[in-house]
Amino acid sequence: MDFAVLAQSVLAQAVQEGSTTGGGGTAEQVIFWILAPVAIGSAALMVLSRNAVHAALWLVVDFFCLAVFYVAQDAPFLAAVQVIVYTGAIMVLFLFVLMLVGVDRSDSLIETIRGQRVAALIAALGFVGLLIGGFGRSILDQPDVGLAEANTDGNVFGIARLLFTDYVFAFELTSALLIVAAIGAMVLAHKETARRPSQREQAIARFAGKHPAPLPGPGVYAGTPDTDEAPRLPTAGGPTDLSGTAFGGPA
Amino acid sequence: MNPGYYLVLSAALFTIGALGVLIRRNAIVVFMCVELMLNAVNLTLVTFSRINGTLDGQVMAFFVMVVAAAEVVVGLAIIVTIFRTRSSSSVDDASLLKW
Repeated sequence: MDFAVLAQSVLAQAVQEGSTTGGGGTAEQVIFWILAPVAIGSAALMVLSRNAVHAALWLVVDFFCLAVFYVAQDAPFLAAVQVIVYTGAIMVLFLFVLMLVGVDRSDSLIETIRGQRVAALIAALGFVGLLIGGFGRSILDQPDVGLAEANTDGNVFGIARLLFTDYVFAFELTSALLIVAAIGAMVLAHKETARRPSQREQAIARFAGKHPAPLPGPGVYAGTPDTDEAPRLPTAGGPTDLSGTAFGGPA
Repeated sequence: MNPGYYLVLSAALFTIGALGVLIRRNAIVVFMCVELMLNAVNLTLVTFSRINGTLDGQVMAFFVMVVAAAEVVVGLAIIVTIFRTRSSSSVDDASLLKW
């Protein structure tokens, strides 16, 4: 008797659930339970792989899983944007920079702070326990209104209507953000190459200085073969270091 | 399908990304972990959008993607600049705020 009532209520709940999700109940469950472990596993492998290129490829797998989740949750536009922007543009940018920086530099496994990894792991477990355990009851009791009504004109149309009415100011701000980011990246990554001075500039600099002609060779003004006697100019007779100093410096 | 499972999944992905930020020292891999955290939050926003039956969550996720793209461009430019001056992409080497 009890079992019959329980089965009936479970069945009724399942039927109701299936109707509120727009008929995608079981298919969505199959997709979720296949791809959720893939998403978690590829994320973990991304963190654990020593080679940065492998990490980037695992991240691509993860982004694809998320795109499928977006499709399953009635967000086809975001799924397309996810594939085009994230797995297309951003990951290619990451791989470009990896190739610039050099792919053979894998992380050293020496801990610079002792016990940091264990502490980080404990903190992460505590954090996820806090998130799921603390909010778990309210998380799993969520209603499921579904987007069938909001997507009646199509998902892209619905997003565009919101984007250009309620969120139009934020939308305009993102254009400013994008131009600032593009200019900032150009300024940061631009390398000022040192230009060699031209022959004309070298000549002008030489005639502006004290000695247009080359300096006399060593020993030109030397009066004696001794190196400890300062060379003297022939006209004034004073000591000079124009042609090299004496051993003890100018007298 | 209970949408709460998506929230649990995104919490797990966010935590894995945060763990990666804590334990990895290659600046580019740290940056990828930040991207993973942003994507986990996007999944949460899309799920909330479905729970509430409005498209606002999806619009917010869209804005997060735009900001993430801008952030990646500037961040990678900074990493390239640091690599030029220090010829290293480890976050331990960029400890002095000067070149």
